[in-house]
Amino acid sequence: MRILTARMRQKYRTYDYPRQKPVLPERFRGRPVVDGQSLKNSEQIVQSCPTGALSVGNDRDLRLDMGLCIFCGQCEKICSGTGIKFSREHALATRRREDLVLTGKEQKLAEALDKKARQLFGHSLKLRQVSAGGCNACEADINVLNTLLYDLGRFGIQFVASPRHADGLLITGPVTKNMELALRKTYAAVPGPKIVIAVGACAISGGIYANHDETLNGAGSILKVDLFIPGCPPHPWTILDGLLRLLGSLGHSH
Amino acid sequence: MNANTFLPIVHGETVPRKNIPRPAMPDFRAAVIEAVQRGNRIVSFFGHPTDNNQVELIIVLANDAYGSLETSATLVTDSYPALTPDCPQAHWFEREIAEQWAITPAGHPWLKPIRFHAPYPAGRKTCFSSGGNPAGPGIADYFRVEGEEVHEVAVGPVHAGIIEPGHFRFQCHGENVFYLEIELGCQHRGIERHLRKGPDKKTIHYIETAAGDSTIAHAMAFCHNTEALSSARITARAKVLRGIALELERLANHTGDLGALAGDIGFLPTASYCGRIRGDWLNMTALLCGNRFGRGLIRPGGTAYDLDETGIKELAGRLDTAERDTTNAVELLWQTGSVMARFEETGRLGAETAGALGLVGPAVRACGITRDVRQDFPSGIFRYAQIPVSTWQSGDVFARAFVRWLEIQRSIAFIREQLKMPGGGETHGKIDRLEPDAMTVSLVEGWRGEICHVALTDSNGHFEHYKIVDPSFHNWFGLAMAMRGQQISDFPLCNKSFNLSYCGHDL
Repeated sequence: MRILTARMRQKYRTYDYPRQKPVLPERFRGRPVVDGQSLKNSEQIVQSCPTGALSVGNDRDLRLDMGLCIFCGQCEKICSGTGIKFSREHALATRRREDLVLTGKEQKLAEALDKKARQLFGHSLKLRQVSAGGCNACEADINVLNTLLYDLGRFGIQFVASPRHADGLLITGPVTKNMELALRKTYAAVPGPKIVIAVGACAISGGIYANHDETLNGAGSILKVDLFIPGCPPHPWTILDGLLRLLGSLGHSH
Repeated sequence: MNANTFLPIVHGETVPRKNIPRPAMPDFRAAVIEAVQRGNRIVSFFGHPTDNNQVELIIVLANDAYGSLETSATLVTDSYPALTPDCPQAHWFEREIAEQWAITPAGHPWLKPIRFHAPYPAGRKTCFSSGGNPAGPGIADYFRVEGEEVHEVAVGPVHAGIIEPGHFRFQCHGENVFYLEIELGCQHRGIERHLRKGPDKKTIHYIETAAGDSTIAHAMAFCHNTEALSSARITARAKVLRGIALELERLANHTGDLGALAGDIGFLPTASYCGRIRGDWLNMTALLCGNRFGRGLIRPGGTAYDLDETGIKELAGRLDTAERDTTNAVELLWQTGSVMARFEETGRLGAETAGALGLVGPAVRACGITRDVRQDFPSGIFRYAQIPVSTWQSGDVFARAFVRWLEIQRSIAFIREQLKMPGGGETHGKIDRLEPDAMTVSLVEGWRGEICHVALTDSNGHFEHYKIVDPSFHNWFGLAMAMRGQQISDFPLCNKSFNLSYCGHDL
């Protein structure tokens, strides 16, 4: 009885995503908007980035590699928002590594898998998560997708215990040398055809751990990655958006 | 004992490095063992190289009852008589020193790598018996129990859930666990090595991701050190905001842990509710700074963000709602017989063992030991607003769960109180150049327990060495001890009741 009354108190909580847009905090740093204009102090802005995500194009315009970006907002502070501004847009995932590099032009977000792969995975995607040097922030916000608010299961996506039961790997962390073998073995244990998803700056590029002797530079160093979900860590809605884009289940509303 | 073996340190202040006593190894060893027997405990013990090819070992001891810290150092060349046989708390520290600097603690009962990396000094050979480069986690010799009916179970590094990697080796007789050896290191990213010569633009990000679920606590420990080294003062308002952020981090993780404990025994109501409510706490942190884990909030000199009147009202409102939801979800646990039957008597750890191993955090408080940095070594807002220490006596899974619940209630009360008088002043400030040739120690009670950062600066005011001790570094061995004589099927439950950090240990 107590359990039943608690159930009533706790209410129905699943958010009607993707039909409703998620509500993100005021100070949330989502997709950076790069101005694309020539800037006088571009060198100084580039130098301020802790991960080297910024570079200057031919036209002294800024470029931002979201694969390296940890969304710390330091560049925005230095340029007072004239070159780079962080928007509250949560959709960030791409299929190709180069699409993560932002210029003044519009970003190309992740396209769905081809028709055959969608037939295989579209209604049931089982993933094995491997943390390979992740700091437990990406892991925690992936775990959250299983909670009532996000309810990942309703999209046919499930995290499974064994790689043998999985359709692919979802990798976090820069891939430490001490996890390389375990990651390779886990990948080998997944039956084909299989997909690889890299979540977070570390898994995409090594993030702030890039070029350490102790780590590789992300999952792409040893495996072909099919979906990149940037962030440090990416917001759960960003991760869910990426997964749904991959499966082509976002519909036309987005 | 020579009274000059130790130098007292005031928490939050610097000491000139030249004042640190450097007794010869025999005196150092005897004094440390004696001090630990008198009730002190090791909060940090590490090596760093000196100019003349030696390694200076520095130890920091804490006395919780007196709230006092003291330090001592000694020089070693290749080998020294290990402290561990007479002082179990030194076990993990000495293995770390052996691995980082290739210094042999002679007579160490279980000398193995803890992180599986090459020694820091280039070209130096490891001091481990296997020789050459260590093979890696999961490929090593393990403690074995011989016997026809004894079998071995290997788990990990890749586990069944969405969780970090580590390797567990059980020696079992049927369901019964004789011995568990925990082997970590999979997550080693080389943070400490890369903190040397800092601080630079990457430093704070290494600190914030040392253990990503303890971003606030680690960032606070780092800021306390840099602020002490630059004699910076921070405003009351920044102190309050830091305190609120630290307690929100505790609330999110404790709530999540209680939900996960319920999940591990198949009690779905609390598991589902707490999983969701944990997100509510994280979103309150995001209200402060835009990030659910508090990235970018705590910065040397204060906090990067302030909270205006509307924000305070919003936070206070959400606090009330989350409190009601959490109370409702968590109290189901204590009212349900099947839950209590699984929690009670499972994974019991005695106060004597917990004390001897120097455990910290909810794990030690669940054994009835009153140990909490917020009370014993308060800094920032905790100097003015005390949070009562939550303890329980039974040392089992129930105690570790119940201590979390007590702490949840007290953290909520603390935040509510602070929001009423958030103090004044600018929240962000700048820090100057760091004091050269100095040492400072910072302790912060993260949600897992005591986080200790020690900074040593060189003659230019850069970090000559920066040592991080995550609470997990103390506590993993506690989990191994709690598993002795337990059913192996209870491992997930026991493991979750400690919920230790892999990356915080492996750094």
